[in-house]
Amino acid sequence: MSTYLIYSLGGAVIFAIGLYALLARRHLVHKVIGANLMGSGTFLVLIGLGNRAPGGTPDPVPQAMVLTGIVVTVALTALGLAITKRYFSATGLDDLDTDPREGDHP
Amino acid sequence: MRDRLKIMPLLASLAALGIIATTIIGLPSTAPGLSAQMNANAETIGIKNVVTAVLLDFRGYDTLLEISVLMLATVAVLSLRVPPSESRRRLTGESGLLLGSLTRLLAPFMIVIAGFLVWVGSSGPGGAFQAGAVLGAGGILLALAGYDRPAWVRQSLIRVALTIGLLAFIAIALLPILNGGTLLEYPDSARKTLLLLLEGLLTLSIGASLASLFLASASRGQDGGGR
Repeated sequence: MSTYLIYSLGGAVIFAIGLYALLARRHLVHKVIGANLMGSGTFLVLIGLGNRAPGGTPDPVPQAMVLTGIVVTVALTALGLAITKRYFSATGLDDLDTDPREGDHP
Repeated sequence: MRDRLKIMPLLASLAALGIIATTIIGLPSTAPGLSAQMNANAETIGIKNVVTAVLLDFRGYDTLLEISVLMLATVAVLSLRVPPSESRRRLTGESGLLLGSLTRLLAPFMIVIAGFLVWVGSSGPGGAFQAGAVLGAGGILLALAGYDRPAWVRQSLIRVALTIGLLAFIAIALLPILNGGTLLEYPDSARKTLLLLLEGLLTLSIGASLASLFLASASRGQDGGGR
């Protein structure tokens, strides 16, 4: 099994774990972490696939794309956490399944 | 609280894994990629680090849109923050002597390292994003150690720092159009100077954005923590 396959398939597994967290977890912070993991998995796939060039020099384009992607993921995570925090301070809830108009929350 | 395994999300993620894995395995095991073209052209534009050349020159659109995304997120996070009257508490309780003095010692070095990373980015590993990350981390560290920003750093100055990278990038991207060129077509004579200037301003903006993203949402709210 070649090296690029290990990294790319590992990235696919990380992506799937993140997707599961995003879909199955109720807590909003868990969902944000899941989305972040999906991004990390994608980066690993890209970096892995960029390493298929003959001669051993990796393709610089996927590396630059991942560098761009990391910053976008940071922005996404920060925005997700800020929205979660604001939602929590407004409703006292940390998931979207409970209706804030019902129940005994302030 | 243990979550039970949920069937539908599990099936969905396994399906995604299957699709991605079969696609990856189906790809040819060697692909030349774009290395040859990149290396050949990086010589002509005078930037030896190929990744920097890709980021700022060959795929300048990506970086332009990326810095826009970062700025939009910063604006959104800053406007979502809980009003200062509610959350005006110090970030840390006891910062301690060691953290305070160590941060004091480290902060100037972090600024120097950020400058070095920008400079070295044209020929080796480094560049605006790495330098911006160092600057942002320095700002966060200072705030965590309990240092307030000095009085001359006003809110308006921070906003200038946040936006100047994007504005300079847009200006440099649009300038060639006036001379009959295309978007993001840098003039060959001034290319290296322009890119270095752009990298420096981008570093400032990225550092300010990252620090603001963290500090805007890190202030302790009324409830203290989760439940």
